[in-house]
Amino acid sequence: MEFAFTDEQQMIAETAQAFFAENATSDRTRKAMAGDGIDRALWQGFCQELALSGIGLPESSGGAGLGFVELAIIAESAGAQVAALPMLGSLVQAGQAIAAGGSDAQRGEWLPDLISGERIAGYFHDATLQASGDRLTGGSRFVTHGSSADLFVVTDMQQVWIVRADAPGVTVTAQTSMDQTRPFAHVALMDVPGERLSDPGAALVAAHQAAFIAVAAEALGGAQACLDRTVAYSKERVQFGRQIGSFQAYKHRLADMMIEIEQARSAVYWAACAVDEGSDEAAMAIHAAKSFAADAYFRCAGDMIQLHGGIGFTWEHDAHIFFKRARSLQAMLGSGNWHREKIATMILGEAA
Amino acid sequence: MKLGFSPQDELFRQECADWLNGQMAGEFRDIKNVTKLTGNPERRKEWEQQLGAHRWSCIGWPTIWGGRDATLAQQVIFAEEYARAGVPGRVNHIGIELAGPTILTFGTEEQKQRFLPDIAAGKTIFCQGFSEPNAGSDLASVRTKARLDGGDWVVNGQKIWTSMAHIADWIFVITRTQEGSQGPKGLTFLMMPIDQPGIDIRGIRQINGDAEFNETFFTDARCPADSLIGAVGDGWRIAMGLLAFERGVSTLGQQMAFRNELDEIIATAKANGAANDPLIRQRLAKAEIGLRLMRYGALRMLSQTDHAKIDGAALTYKIQWASWRRSLGELAMDVLGQGGEISDHAEYEWDTLPNLFLFSRADTIYGGTNQIQRNLIAERGLGLPREPRGMS
Ligand SMILES: Cc1cc2nc3c(=O)[nH]c(=O)nc-3n(C[C@H](O)[C@H](O)[C@H](O)COP(=O)(O)OP(=O)(O)OC[C@H]3O[C@@H](n4cnc5c(N)ncnc54)[C@H](O)[C@@H]3O)c2cc1C
Repeated sequence: MEFAFTDEQQMIAETAQAFFAENATSDRTRKAMAGDGIDRALWQGFCQELALSGIGLPESSGGAGLGFVELAIIAESAGAQVAALPMLGSLVQAGQAIAAGGSDAQRGEWLPDLISGERIAGYFHDATLQASGDRLTGGSRFVTHGSSADLFVVTDMQQVWIVRADAPGVTVTAQTSMDQTRPFAHVALMDVPGERLSDPGAALVAAHQAAFIAVAAEALGGAQACLDRTVAYSKERVQFGRQIGSFQAYKHRLADMMIEIEQARSAVYWAACAVDEGSDEAAMAIHAAKSFAADAYFRCAGDMIQLHGGIGFTWEHDAHIFFKRARSLQAMLGSGNWHREKIATMILGEAA
Repeated sequence: MKLGFSPQDELFRQECADWLNGQMAGEFRDIKNVTKLTGNPERRKEWEQQLGAHRWSCIGWPTIWGGRDATLAQQVIFAEEYARAGVPGRVNHIGIELAGPTILTFGTEEQKQRFLPDIAAGKTIFCQGFSEPNAGSDLASVRTKARLDGGDWVVNGQKIWTSMAHIADWIFVITRTQEGSQGPKGLTFLMMPIDQPGIDIRGIRQINGDAEFNETFFTDARCPADSLIGAVGDGWRIAMGLLAFERGVSTLGQQMAFRNELDEIIATAKANGAANDPLIRQRLAKAEIGLRLMRYGALRMLSQTDHAKIDGAALTYKIQWASWRRSLGELAMDVLGQGGEISDHAEYEWDTLPNLFLFSRADTIYGGTNQIQRNLIAERGLGLPREPRGMS
């Protein structure tokens, strides 16, 4: 039984945690929130100095190799600080899609720049996308970090295309988004030329698996941070002549957070390992991880506000940054109910 | 980080499965799938002896005491295959999971010699005499007294909720040996033979109609002076050591039994149409997720190389499974519908799923209630202030 980090994984975790704790500070994140939701210096440090951006992407395209366990470790650390980075759209969704489904030429053209952070990709699904040949008309209002993207990976779940942001017919409109660390853009395509990925099936599987796992891992990191910060506060704040953390109603709520988080941790690393090992359980595990971890995060972030009292409701306190990220993770890439219905179908068959 | 077991371990799995399936198809087929702890006690004792005779009873123990020196992974595998084969629970689980490890860890050579081979052989069945009418969650308030009289300990007092005492041969008890002492000080851990005039056992009927636990009265009950584990006054340390064994490898076997319960609910839902209800589908999916997460939580706990570290997965495990199973009982009844409230038996007796519904209310009570678990998690896992204590 080796369901624990290897020494190398432990090292990656410590490096990533230290990097984000030191650099993705509240001040810096808030500056990014006032702009396009990207802390450029953080992005550069992450991609170039630490070279963590290539994790989970093939070495032949400039990636670092390794697998989804390591990717989850990175996403967990970034999530713990609600880091303002375009990692999800650019590296996880677009990067994985191109790595798994692109031709050699496509991989060579796009991946090195995505990994170095010099170019940023957005990713979206449009169920009603109209493709006439490879000319695309459609769009999405929910393209994360879309205003900063140089290219988009676009799918109708049949085919996958790469679209250049500066191609004629592409309009990108920034949206005022609740989670300002990962704002949405409205991307509209009007008869825009797309470049088809050679293996769309592989691209979609990889992008989904990676995104479910990364979102779950980010949620795990965020949930743990909510708990840690609330525990720290509960030991400082005194009411009725006692630390508030000595009241049982308060203590028990913190314990419940920990119980949820420990399960979320099992879910995330189960899913990551299952995909890496090509296990039969992978199909179930990715849905379990996404739904369980995102729900756990939301509960913990909500409790964080409650357990801080008035200060937790202020803009100045960081609680809302976690809370808004948690909400966004819950809703994106399929709600908890949607993921659980997938699992229900696996164990029960389709509903009559 | 890896999910699975090694190829050698998988071979061992096959060996376990073959032997267990052979038994359940052969000599012991009459007890296959018996789920109640109290069902068929005589045959269940014979089954303990059969396990012992083939060295499958306590495989993690050293070979000299009747074990196989099995690795942790092998113990997990055996536990999984045990439940998968539909073998009923161990009537001597307290002996093999609590008394045995306690004697192995804290006992003298002579005590190991005296007890371990017989526990492994299924000849000595143990029960646990910790709780008292006034000492439940607050275990350190026990009042049952023991004093030395010549060469014997003489014990007076009462234990309660003693599971399986009516079929056990021995009981281990925490007693107060220092007159006037309070709390965890002045306690001593004793092992006593049950079959003696000073011990009186009376069954207590439970909400499912069954009587698995008992009141145990001690009136000048006796055991020899060397029946204590550890030193006089050392009882609390031994008791705490014993409770730590409670979350061992058996957890994965227990989960396989849960798997069987969930599968029965799934089969029922498919058969009666409940599986078309979107809300039931969500709850079944949640139950499935919860069960898988329990498995991987347990594997994380058992893969932990640094066991001294307080591990989050270990600390949260009890409340996790107990709460999961209690919800599973409720889900079972919602899948069964009103028909679940009618038994086919003339006696007040319940089949697996209604019995699960009733029995699982105990899961969140014994072994430390959910509230006590939350206190422990908050205090040990999160470093929060301890609960204030009253005066008496
Ligand atoms: C099926 C079953 C089998 C058992 N088998 C055995 C056995 O073999 N041997 C044995 O020794 N014991 C056994 N027990 C006893 C079991 O360990 C106790 O029931 C348990 O520890 C709770 O103690 P209590 O019943 O006295 O409840 P109490 O401790 O009186 O608790 C009553 C309620 O108060 C709550 N409470 C108590 N203290 C606190 C606190 N500090 N903070 C918040 N809430 C609190 C509890 O959570 C509970 O809800 C068994 C119990 C059951 C149900």
